[in-house]
Amino acid sequence: MPPAVGGGLAGSELRPRRGRCGSQAARAVGPDVATEATTRSPKRPAPSSRRFEAPGRWALLALVTLMSFATRFHRLDQPPHICWDETHFGKMGSYYINRTFFFDVHPPLGKMLIGLAGHLTGYDGTFLFQKPGDEYEHHSYLGMRGFCAFLGALLIPFAYLTVLELSQSLPAALLTAALLTFDTGCLTLSQYILLDPILMFFIMAAMLSMVKYNSYANRPFSAPWWLWLSLTGVNLAGALGVKFVGLFIILQVGWNTVSDLWHLFGDLSLSMVTVGKHLTARILCLIVLPLALYTATYAVHFMVLNKSGPGDGFFSSAFQARLSGNNLHNASIPEHLAYGSVITVKSARMAVGYLHSHGHLYPEGIGARQQQVTTYLHKDYNNLWIIKKHNTNSDPLDPSLPVEFVKHGDVIRLEHKETSRNLHSHYHEAPLTRKHYQVTGYGINGTGDSNDFWRIEVVNRKFGNRIKVLRSRIRLIHLVTGCVLGSSGKVLPKWGWEQLEVTCTPYLKETLNSIWNVEDHINPKLPNISLDVLQPSFPEIMLEAHMVMIRGNNGLKPKDNEFTSKPWHWPINYQGLRFSGINDTDFRVYLLGNPVVWWLNLLSIALYLLSGSIFAVALQRGARLPAEVEGLSQVLLQGGGQLLLGWMMHYFPFFLMGRILYFHHYFPAMLFSSMLTGLLWDTLLRLCAWSLASFSLAGHVHTLGILSLLLGIAYSFYLFHPLAYGMVGPLAQDPRSPMAGLRWLESWDF
Amino acid sequence: MLGFLQRPVVVTADINLNVVALTAVGLLSRLWQLAYPRAVVFDEVYYGQYISFYMKRIFFLDGSGPPFGHMLLALGGYLGGFDGNFLWNRIGAEYSTNVPVWSLRLLPALAGALSVPMAYQIVWELGFSHCAAVGAALLILIENALITQSRLMLLESALIFFNLLAVLSYLKFSNSQKHGPFSPSWWFWLILTGVACACAVGIKYVGVFTYLLVLGVAAVHAWHLIGDQTLSNVRVLCHLLARAVALLVIPVLVYLLFFYVHLLLLCRSGPHDQIMSSAFQASLEGGLARITQGQPLEVAYGSQVTLKNAFGQPVPCWLHSHQSTYPVIYENGRGSSHQQQVTCYPFKDVNNWWIVKDPGRHQLVVNNPPRPVRHGDIVQLAHGMTTRLLNTHDVAAPLSPHSQEVSCYIDYNVSMPAQNLWRLDIVNRESDTDVWKTIVSEVRFVHVNTSAVLKLSGAPLPDWGFRQLEVVGEQLSRGYHGSTVWSVEEHRYGRSQEQKERELELHSPTQTDVSRNLSFMARFSELQWRMLTVRSDDSEHKYSSTPLDWVMLDTNIAYWLHPRTSAQIHLLGNIVIWASASLATLVYALLFIWYLFRRRRRVCDLPEDCWLRWALAGALCAGGWAVNYVPFFMMEKTLFLYHYLPALTFQILLLPVVLEHVSDHLCRSQLQRSLFGALVVAWFASACHVSNTLRPLTYGDRSLSPSELKALRWKDSWDILIRKN
Repeated sequence: MPPAVGGGLAGSELRPRRGRCGSQAARAVGPDVATEATTRSPKRPAPSSRRFEAPGRWALLALVTLMSFATRFHRLDQPPHICWDETHFGKMGSYYINRTFFFDVHPPLGKMLIGLAGHLTGYDGTFLFQKPGDEYEHHSYLGMRGFCAFLGALLIPFAYLTVLELSQSLPAALLTAALLTFDTGCLTLSQYILLDPILMFFIMAAMLSMVKYNSYANRPFSAPWWLWLSLTGVNLAGALGVKFVGLFIILQVGWNTVSDLWHLFGDLSLSMVTVGKHLTARILCLIVLPLALYTATYAVHFMVLNKSGPGDGFFSSAFQARLSGNNLHNASIPEHLAYGSVITVKSARMAVGYLHSHGHLYPEGIGARQQQVTTYLHKDYNNLWIIKKHNTNSDPLDPSLPVEFVKHGDVIRLEHKETSRNLHSHYHEAPLTRKHYQVTGYGINGTGDSNDFWRIEVVNRKFGNRIKVLRSRIRLIHLVTGCVLGSSGKVLPKWGWEQLEVTCTPYLKETLNSIWNVEDHINPKLPNISLDVLQPSFPEIMLEAHMVMIRGNNGLKPKDNEFTSKPWHWPINYQGLRFSGINDTDFRVYLLGNPVVWWLNLLSIALYLLSGSIFAVALQRGARLPAEVEGLSQVLLQGGGQLLLGWMMHYFPFFLMGRILYFHHYFPAMLFSSMLTGLLWDTLLRLCAWSLASFSLAGHVHTLGILSLLLGIAYSFYLFHPLAYGMVGPLAQDPRSPMAGLRWLESWDF
Repeated sequence: MLGFLQRPVVVTADINLNVVALTAVGLLSRLWQLAYPRAVVFDEVYYGQYISFYMKRIFFLDGSGPPFGHMLLALGGYLGGFDGNFLWNRIGAEYSTNVPVWSLRLLPALAGALSVPMAYQIVWELGFSHCAAVGAALLILIENALITQSRLMLLESALIFFNLLAVLSYLKFSNSQKHGPFSPSWWFWLILTGVACACAVGIKYVGVFTYLLVLGVAAVHAWHLIGDQTLSNVRVLCHLLARAVALLVIPVLVYLLFFYVHLLLLCRSGPHDQIMSSAFQASLEGGLARITQGQPLEVAYGSQVTLKNAFGQPVPCWLHSHQSTYPVIYENGRGSSHQQQVTCYPFKDVNNWWIVKDPGRHQLVVNNPPRPVRHGDIVQLAHGMTTRLLNTHDVAAPLSPHSQEVSCYIDYNVSMPAQNLWRLDIVNRESDTDVWKTIVSEVRFVHVNTSAVLKLSGAPLPDWGFRQLEVVGEQLSRGYHGSTVWSVEEHRYGRSQEQKERELELHSPTQTDVSRNLSFMARFSELQWRMLTVRSDDSEHKYSSTPLDWVMLDTNIAYWLHPRTSAQIHLLGNIVIWASASLATLVYALLFIWYLFRRRRRVCDLPEDCWLRWALAGALCAGGWAVNYVPFFMMEKTLFLYHYLPALTFQILLLPVVLEHVSDHLCRSQLQRSLFGALVVAWFASACHVSNTLRPLTYGDRSLSPSELKALRWKDSWDILIRKN
């Protein structure tokens, strides 16, 4: 094996640098704190500078934090109406306050925190959050916005500390902080009731704690080591608990941990017991702890949301029995299916819904012109069917007749209660899935033909058994054509009210699509039993909630002929998102990155790849670098490598996603990219200064470079700040507009 | 000079009889009764139609893969003198006498046969024994699924062939790296690697995974080379450049070459023309080229044009209008402007003609000399048959309420003024003064008053709109999207002042003559893009399966059933080989991890060179299996068992490697080794037996009785066809 393989990104190689950091930091403080710079020579011996260093560092950190909070909280109350996705997340916060059950494609933690923040600041959950642009009026919304802005503001000190830890250089950290403070995109995204500031907070906190615990690698099992390690775990749980993209930071921490462990494992001075301890500590803090916390958020979620609400229909019958107000809650229904019962039939595939029909016909040209049969997610009278024998039309509810149970293998007819048409299928192609047969409602007052006959079968059961309500998984097989009733999960066009298609599939493969269960069951002749036996266990609930969320996420597909944001648009800041307002009279907020910052980031990634590969090849060729350059190359390759990995992890997976994408998905990646920029320019300028050391002004190259970058960024923020803080007046095309001349790309529409 | 006079010309041939023998049995197994059955078997029905197109040189578009595979099959047809006259419509249809079945199936069969000796060579080049190498070749030889797949007019065997060739030539190259870098054979194998990779990608896109694997291994080797400090910097640079050229540049060129030949061959217009842009269609013989021949190039004020939408989804269509108006009240209660409908219509029609009008003048004819329309000019578009002007305003469109309605303006004398000025925006302009050109220019119409863009929403209108497609004005000029881009397809200079004359003129066909050529790169990029984006409806298939079904062979595909007897061909693997190959992969992975961890703690179970061989074999064989298998989990298209065959081939190569390793390194005594050897022989015998038992389903030559067929149904999930008599 060659020496380079297995080098990894271990913290141990960073450790030797700690000895040098004192003098470096001293030099670093100088140029930035202008008053001190004049009094202090850059080559002052380390011990005396250390006295000023600590307070100086704290002061800088305080300054950075202050700037960050000032920019984030400035004009937080503007505009006093719903902006963009506030309509969703504000509404979901209200659901928590009102304790009504709802469904969302994201995990619950973020919305729970929003709800909590609202609750604590006096929001009572009565605002409807109907659509963007609605005025908040007397409702207290600032608490929720303030909470998000608070977390958003913390991103900057976190980034500052992370870069400081990775590069041991204050200018790099300051540059990073400036990039993020003055980025209009980050600012805009932090000022509203959204999940993104919460998500980014957890991602950055996890990154910071990971970097911190790496830096304690020479003091394993010490108190700060444990602290940072467990904090990493806590933040990972938080990130995943807000959105599933939190998975990317988990992968990054995982990668770091694996390479770290691999390093320790290869260190023969450590006994296997010690390595085992290391492994156990990481399993505890990075797997067990986050999992426990993540599960706990769900436990709280299900505990808080105990009332029936708009999300019920997405979940299975057993699940709904938990929700008060749902018709299955504390319900008692007859246990076994009997002829004459009124039932609803639910698809076993999650988020498909109930077998449904209504008094509308399939349009001309789509199969036979008979009544539509669909699946529908919500509870409705049109979901009710009456189960009847195939050969008699006598009323089975006639009290003189004995109760007859439906058995596995019986041939039945399903009559739609509202329209008295029978569930019917025939050799016509289904509306969307052309290879399947069409399913319709047919017949008048329950009299149809032999195409209305279905054989009812219980999956994995013997013939002759009774059919249990809710429990039995049944299939309905069409007697004449031999096909199986199923839902394709495809959305019908307007004529079908955008409900889901029901077909009869000739392919007898066993899939969830063709499995159903009976949910409601009304039969006055039968005794009722309580449904409490059905209560699903907590792991079952967790699993089901995840399945429903994943399906929901996959369902968010872009439509044809629709402008959608593509991942390649993002780093070049191609197009923003309109948060509020369109016309020149509106108060307009436009989510767009500060183009100077973003394009600098883009340039930096290219520069980093170039300089990084030059250094990597030079090291692999065994080139002898001077100690100073060697140190800088280590920062670049290892510290920069972690940041680059973070950027890639948070960006490239989006290229593989089929779901609809938005510009704001790029922001976690943008944080990493900005940190990389800060680290890179500081290192490059230092290298520059070093290579020009023979010239008299060389020492100032670095100072001047950093200062001009800082000023440039600040000036660009001055130019573009109306994007975030709101614009009124003519649009940018108009020369009278304050933004005139700033529409550098035609695709920006502000 | 005349050196050969002094020294005799000596040819020393080094013939490995193993290879010869393996090639011979390989050929025998694949070519035996190749022309049987003389009927369309399974996907032959799919590839056959494309062969016919090649024979007739008619352009087609197939989104399933690049053209090299189709061209290979067509080459077989060409060699056999096939004229392309056969109706490929039904699996099981008898071939007519003009179809050279044998030569059509010859190339895939040869590729399958040559995979057998190549398996031998690969294992040998990986540094394992002849015995293991012969074992690998024999396993490939008797694997029923591979036999079935290569005896038919299908592409997998060629894909596997080029995958193996890429790996083999890379191994040969890397082995000659030690003693003779930059020697002719070194160059030969290096370049062959690149070419084979390109061929694999050219047959099916999934070939790209093997290419990436080879690239990855080459990159690791190159990185070691950089670290080799005995080499000078210049020499390292030469090495890197040679690899970059052979493994990056050459494959791209070869891939382009496939398309070049493809487009050279297919020069006539055909059934898929509509999907392509007008410019592309005009480059084909017949079809649009015949219509557009001799049209004036530059659009001028007074030009009569048809405007085709560039997006082509859901169907290609032309901007259209007709006498009917929007209903005053829609079904959902919203109101309209009640003006003349503007739609997009997927058929040629006289109502598709529009006249480009100068807003400053009243005439609808072209001046002499014509005044060309340039980028940024303000124009009006008059509908040819009704002379109403294209208009949009702040009224919600019928089906897309967030967009504006587009209509042809009728002055009802209500307070709704005409807003019929459009700014011409040529999207693919080279300069801002570009002239609007027929076919070549892609233009957007930006509404002057509202800055809305004329866009095809793609939604079919209800009955009142005759189910034509809705056209809207999209308020936001949000970047480029094909549905807002239009191009002039038919074009002529209007000559008639009077409406009656003009109607006659519109009905008459266009004349005059200019020819237009698209560069190869433009045609290539358009064709490649359409191939990648063309949507195949996700058809559910009776024999489709999921990747999880493949590892243990839980599924099969019935390829063909004899029309009268119960002779049948199935894609059904040798279950012993499948199961043991999967097991071997698992054993390899576990052993690899075990060794890796022990080495990390400086415990070396294997000598260094043995470990390197073991790791390389794993990287190529287990890696080859993984890269050809795992991506299928992420694919949304319909999957079949035959998609697994490339992965299976790599897995089979790993099997003898693992067996030899176990015998050499894990069997401690001679006795254990002999015992293990006996076990391997017994296992191999059982594989042969299974292969022989399944032979009737592989070749389809013998009709089995229902009871025999039932006895072959070893798994419940296998679908074997039993006739009910």
